[in-house]
Amino acid sequence: MKLKSLMLTTSAALVAAPVAFAQDMADSMTLVSWGGAYQNSQVKAYAEPYQAEHSEVEIVWDESSAEAVAKLRAMNEAGNITWDLVDVVAADAIRLCDEGLAMEYDPEELLAPAPDGTSAEDDFGDLLVSDCFIPQIVYSTTFGYRTDMVPEGAEPPSEICDVFDLETYPGKRALEKRPINNMEWALLCDGVAKEEVYDVLETPEGQDQALAKLDEIKDEVIWWSAGADTPQLLADGEVFMGSTYNGRLFSVIEEQDQPVAMMWDAQVFDLDGWIIPEGLPEDRLARVKDFVYFATDTQRLADQAAYISYGPARESSAPLVGEHAELGIDMGPHMPTDPDNAENTFVYNYEFWADYRDDIDAKFQAWLAQ
Amino acid sequence: MTDATAGPDVKTGPTPDNAIREAEAASGPVLAADGTPLKRSLQRALRREKMRALMLISPLLIFILVTFIAPIADMLFRSVENQSVSETLPRTVVALKDWDYNSGEAPDEDVFAAFYVDMIEAEEFKIHTRLGTRLNYEHTGISSLFRQTGRAVGRFDTDEYTDAFVDLNEAWEDPVTWLNLMQVSGIEDVLPETASAWQSWSRIVEENNDVLAEEEPEDFLYTTLYRDLMANGDAVASFEGDEAALLQEAAAAVGEWEPVSLKEQFLDIDEDWADPEIWGTIQAFSPNYTPGYFLNSVDLQMTADGISAQPENQRIYLLLFKRTLFMSLMIMGSCILLGYPVAYLLSNLPMRVSNVLMILVLLPFWTSLLVRTSAWKVLLQQQGVINDILVWLGIVADSNRLVMINNQFGTIVAMTHILLPFMILPLYSVMKTIPPSYVRAAKSLGATNWTAFWRVYFPQSVPGIGAGSILVFILAIGYYITPELVGGTTGTFISNRIAYHISSSLNWGLAAALGTILLAVVLVLYWVYDKIVGIDNVSLG
Repeated sequence: MKLKSLMLTTSAALVAAPVAFAQDMADSMTLVSWGGAYQNSQVKAYAEPYQAEHSEVEIVWDESSAEAVAKLRAMNEAGNITWDLVDVVAADAIRLCDEGLAMEYDPEELLAPAPDGTSAEDDFGDLLVSDCFIPQIVYSTTFGYRTDMVPEGAEPPSEICDVFDLETYPGKRALEKRPINNMEWALLCDGVAKEEVYDVLETPEGQDQALAKLDEIKDEVIWWSAGADTPQLLADGEVFMGSTYNGRLFSVIEEQDQPVAMMWDAQVFDLDGWIIPEGLPEDRLARVKDFVYFATDTQRLADQAAYISYGPARESSAPLVGEHAELGIDMGPHMPTDPDNAENTFVYNYEFWADYRDDIDAKFQAWLAQ
Repeated sequence: MTDATAGPDVKTGPTPDNAIREAEAASGPVLAADGTPLKRSLQRALRREKMRALMLISPLLIFILVTFIAPIADMLFRSVENQSVSETLPRTVVALKDWDYNSGEAPDEDVFAAFYVDMIEAEEFKIHTRLGTRLNYEHTGISSLFRQTGRAVGRFDTDEYTDAFVDLNEAWEDPVTWLNLMQVSGIEDVLPETASAWQSWSRIVEENNDVLAEEEPEDFLYTTLYRDLMANGDAVASFEGDEAALLQEAAAAVGEWEPVSLKEQFLDIDEDWADPEIWGTIQAFSPNYTPGYFLNSVDLQMTADGISAQPENQRIYLLLFKRTLFMSLMIMGSCILLGYPVAYLLSNLPMRVSNVLMILVLLPFWTSLLVRTSAWKVLLQQQGVINDILVWLGIVADSNRLVMINNQFGTIVAMTHILLPFMILPLYSVMKTIPPSYVRAAKSLGATNWTAFWRVYFPQSVPGIGAGSILVFILAIGYYITPELVGGTTGTFISNRIAYHISSSLNWGLAAALGTILLAVVLVLYWVYDKIVGIDNVSLG
């Protein structure tokens, strides 16, 4: 009798222990992302495998990443944070961190080490651009062009400066309606060395120089503000070439089979990743940490590349990138980080734009409105 | 019998009012059944009636106050609010009062000492970067300057003071010594800077859920103590209280120590701290309320020197305000031109036909705004339907297709289409009430078709035009998504800039100021409209 009851108690305690642990974590999570193909890749690569292991967890998606900074600020002022994990670009993560709206974290504690034991901090390396930012992917802003609109007798455009060459390559261009990237490209094509671009852009003369270069093509530019604009304009034949995110061009070329090709030259690398809002209650924070540990490990990041052509942020994930889940094509050559594509790249300077964004944007918008 | 012949409309009996008046005139106040004067009792009943009415509408009133008026008021308030500087850097703001920007030199050591303590506390609470973002709107570069300084401010050479104090007497290392010293009443007269820094220290310790008596004091406390001892030697000498001996011993020793220049420490982080422009910006924005955002909204700027115009290549807001007004008026005008005949047709055709036509007006009204805007893209773009037809007809050369979108034209066309129902519906409901017999009567008296329309029909339809115009204009002036999608660079509105500042640059103060100006412009136009047309002449049917 006594032995039996002792055994019962022990087994009850054994059963109870993991349950008690699980009770510390919330059962639902609200994840914020960009919607569309990108969010779909996250659902497939992160959320569904996680839910397969934790069937009690309910994941709600909110497609608000584009307004995440403003909404998080409003939530913070209202004292009611309803989001648990937010997908933002690195520049926004830095601002959220500056505003005290995103939580600072310790990579060693929150993120899984690589399979070979490399610490998360080394595996992500330089991509940990802010104390709050948990990188997921490397994407790039680059140019695509219509192969059937290349003028007769001319080589297809292959260099960034072909964008500014209206004589050889007449036709409309699509550029983003903001100074970031455009100013850098303009200076590069105006004879400024790559290393000096930001030094030049710091000065009012340098800013005028960039705008003067952009002036040369201003009449032929359609300015876009949503990532889907350029693919649409290319598909309609409205523009000859245009800048957009490389994943969008991938889907135009490979999924929709349009006569469009990538240029890759002077592609600007940027990062996208998670931030955890500051001030989450403990149970929700515990759940989010558990999810982030899972969703940013080497395999999960590599899996995401099977659904969208963005490069995983971990060094250790690169060799694991396989084929596209539906098209069955090898994704390696479509990654912005692929050596063939990354011959000439440009790295977005976060610090610079955090300082100069307001100033240069005012000039840029005034220039546009003229 | 006479009463019966008077008819129902004639008041034969006394009305309550008359009765009271007559009664009062005759023999003092009339009393109600309970003995109170009838007048007062009636007033009370009326008041009760009013209260009941107020109670009935109170849910709506509270709803509007909470969800509409309060958020708008809060947003408007942001256009002048500027507490972040004085909240984040309270000591610096006070110390900077004596500094003259026009001297052309960076402030002296006292300001840097105040700034040092402020930054230590701000860094602990992570609010220095927020202030950096705020001031970066005014002076480019401050954002990273604050971020950088926040990282370095805890690692100053001021640990030399700490070591010197501890070398002098180990009691200085003990938090309890500090705690005792700081509890002496009147300590803030003897050691003003230290006492103030101690306040910050208590808040920092509390934030970290630690206990004051156990936490080792940080360098900045020793720094302020050193400064106080150097400045207030006399007061310390006559100081009586706990730890007085300790303090006097230190006061005697500090004169021989090598001072650490805080100014140098800050300049080591970044040379910009020697730039009077930076300090001028902090000084100019230290009051709790600022006109800065409003100045920015009209292409002016507030600098340390005073108010000046923005550089020419950054002026944009006045242009956008003018453009918004101009385009809204254009859209309103084209809505009148297109909507009037349609409404006329609708109200004069037989019911069966006009109902079908009405559906055609309402169908686009029920369609999503984005769908309609995108449809215009498909129609108007250079490879679009209209250009294709024109090229096919040979009216336009293939190499010279018309540019009809991503400019003002595109915005006006798309928005006219979207806002047309708001013109047609009020016009229609007003025209429905104009009896056709009036026009017929005019014609029978010899008026031509035109005269009958212009002199008889049109004046009666003016209230509909008024209502439609106000609706369309006010909707147009705040429109955002359509200009964003089809406006290109020349067809965008001020609202697109407001949206940018709300969601992208996070400069909510500037967005609030722009919004306030827009609201004021609308109210002024409404007033002008009332003066010219008269708001009584507006009718929705």
